[in-house]
Amino acid sequence: MTAYETVIGLEIHVQLATRTKMFCGCELVFGDPPNTHTCPVCLGMPGTLPVVNAEAIRLGLMIGAAFGGVLAERLVFHRKSYFYPDLPKGYQISQFDEPLVAGGRLGDVGLERVHVEEDAAKLTHAGASGRIGGSTSSVVDYNRGGTPLAEIVTLPEIRSAEQASSWLRLLRETLRQLGVSDVNMEEGSLRCDANISIRPVGDTELGTKTELKNMNSFRFIEQGINAEVARQTALVEAGERVQQETLHFDPRTGSITSLRSKEGSHDYRYFPEPDMPPVAVPDELLQSALAAVPELPLERAERFRTELGLHEESARLLAFRRALGDYFEETLGAGGASADKQQVANWIGNDLVRRLEAQRKDDEAGETDTDPAQSKVSPAALAELVALVVDKKINRKAGEQVLDVLVAEGGRPQDVVEAKGLAAVGGADELRPVVQAALDANPDVVEKLRTGNMKPIGAIVGAVMKETKGRADGGEVTRITREILGL
Amino acid sequence: MIDRDTVLHVATLSRLELHDDEIEPMARELSAVLGHLETIGELDLDGVEPTTGVLEDRSPLRADEPTRSLPREVALDQAPDASDDGFRVPSPQA
Repeated sequence: MTAYETVIGLEIHVQLATRTKMFCGCELVFGDPPNTHTCPVCLGMPGTLPVVNAEAIRLGLMIGAAFGGVLAERLVFHRKSYFYPDLPKGYQISQFDEPLVAGGRLGDVGLERVHVEEDAAKLTHAGASGRIGGSTSSVVDYNRGGTPLAEIVTLPEIRSAEQASSWLRLLRETLRQLGVSDVNMEEGSLRCDANISIRPVGDTELGTKTELKNMNSFRFIEQGINAEVARQTALVEAGERVQQETLHFDPRTGSITSLRSKEGSHDYRYFPEPDMPPVAVPDELLQSALAAVPELPLERAERFRTELGLHEESARLLAFRRALGDYFEETLGAGGASADKQQVANWIGNDLVRRLEAQRKDDEAGETDTDPAQSKVSPAALAELVALVVDKKINRKAGEQVLDVLVAEGGRPQDVVEAKGLAAVGGADELRPVVQAALDANPDVVEKLRTGNMKPIGAIVGAVMKETKGRADGGEVTRITREILGL
Repeated sequence: MIDRDTVLHVATLSRLELHDDEIEPMARELSAVLGHLETIGELDLDGVEPTTGVLEDRSPLRADEPTRSLPREVALDQAPDASDDGFRVPSPQA
């Protein structure tokens, strides 16, 4: 039986975070009443002239710079013709053979291009007014029409649905941290199409691809791609051929249906936009874009790993959630050079985040990311807490109790330790008699330990913990036990 | 030479309704246009950049400042058909 390999390329449309539309000054406000942000330009009235929004170009250049792509020296727009009511001019102003950005790469996926264009309007199909039976008419809202878009096209280098969705998460976080878009999939400011084909493993030619349109969540993207790969595989194994077509995935039923075929690529009849002759990208715009690119998630993760010595997983967690990364760096700053960086990362990435997320569920907070900077735990307090645990002034369990208090009430860790009597039973001097007593009380355990079987040491640790009300350090108890028994 | 099928295909893309007696003249006219372009094709244009406009570098860029939009009634008034808040069109899916 033949094994097949999946080949996926993605096309992502991102609404750019400008104040106004791509070619006119109508303001962009999501959720305003329909058709309150239109003008003769974005309604496609004859005799109007589009004028490029410089900010949209600047944001597009930032994306290109972040990907390390080749930035165009001039802007060239084309008309892409097709008739549909969401496009009042009968064509979309887009880019064709000279995109704003050529090539580039993000993480494990290479990019073909990034070009800028205008978004279509929103079409509401029938029934909405209640006055029209059936589906004979539709209503158009041109508020969205003309919104600046960047279309990001990857090379067909993705090999699985899981890789596609994890790469998209990286892309979304990168664009978010770049500040070029809201990247809100539900509101449609980030939309994804996938080109999917399969081929026998080892083949170098691409199979016939299908295009899965407009998937608006990471989960649906994974499900949709997997469903389409299964469909294609079944077709090919049955000796049939995959047809090149545009498909829609219905996440409720898991089914894939064919959309009525649009015109093929050559039927878009691209030609240079006569209303906007090519223009050089102004140098100040380019410089401003280059200067605005901040440290991005992959670079930050790399820095956390190589310069701070964090584990891969911690580095990515903190770098991919900017609020956590910022808080982490502030905590390190407050903790001084001696801070145990991996421990600080663990306390933020696991303990603190878990508590803050649990708290948010109670408050039914919105969809925004958890930001420890908004909590009652100051970076200085967290730094102090981690130092107390690392220096064995308190044990980890006690540290977690302190953190509970800090999350609920704020304050200084040292004060909480004193108020609750959580200080670890000090050094060996204080602990040794307690361990000795535990050993005396458990001769059978001692016997096993002497034979080299260290498993029952838990009983000794447990006894010491009970005696010290949990304030002893387990590792220390083990060390003293070995010392006493000469092991 | 543009044939009848090509004319009908382009007419469909352009949402143009052609009567039977218009197809033949249209094919002739479009063929003449293409014939003219073929004349240009006889020139040796190796290394010559395509001219996409004669006003190179005259396209201004615009600052990202909002300007006033049309009142909705005014915008909707321009349309052949409208609902209270939107442009009404024949359903493209019908």
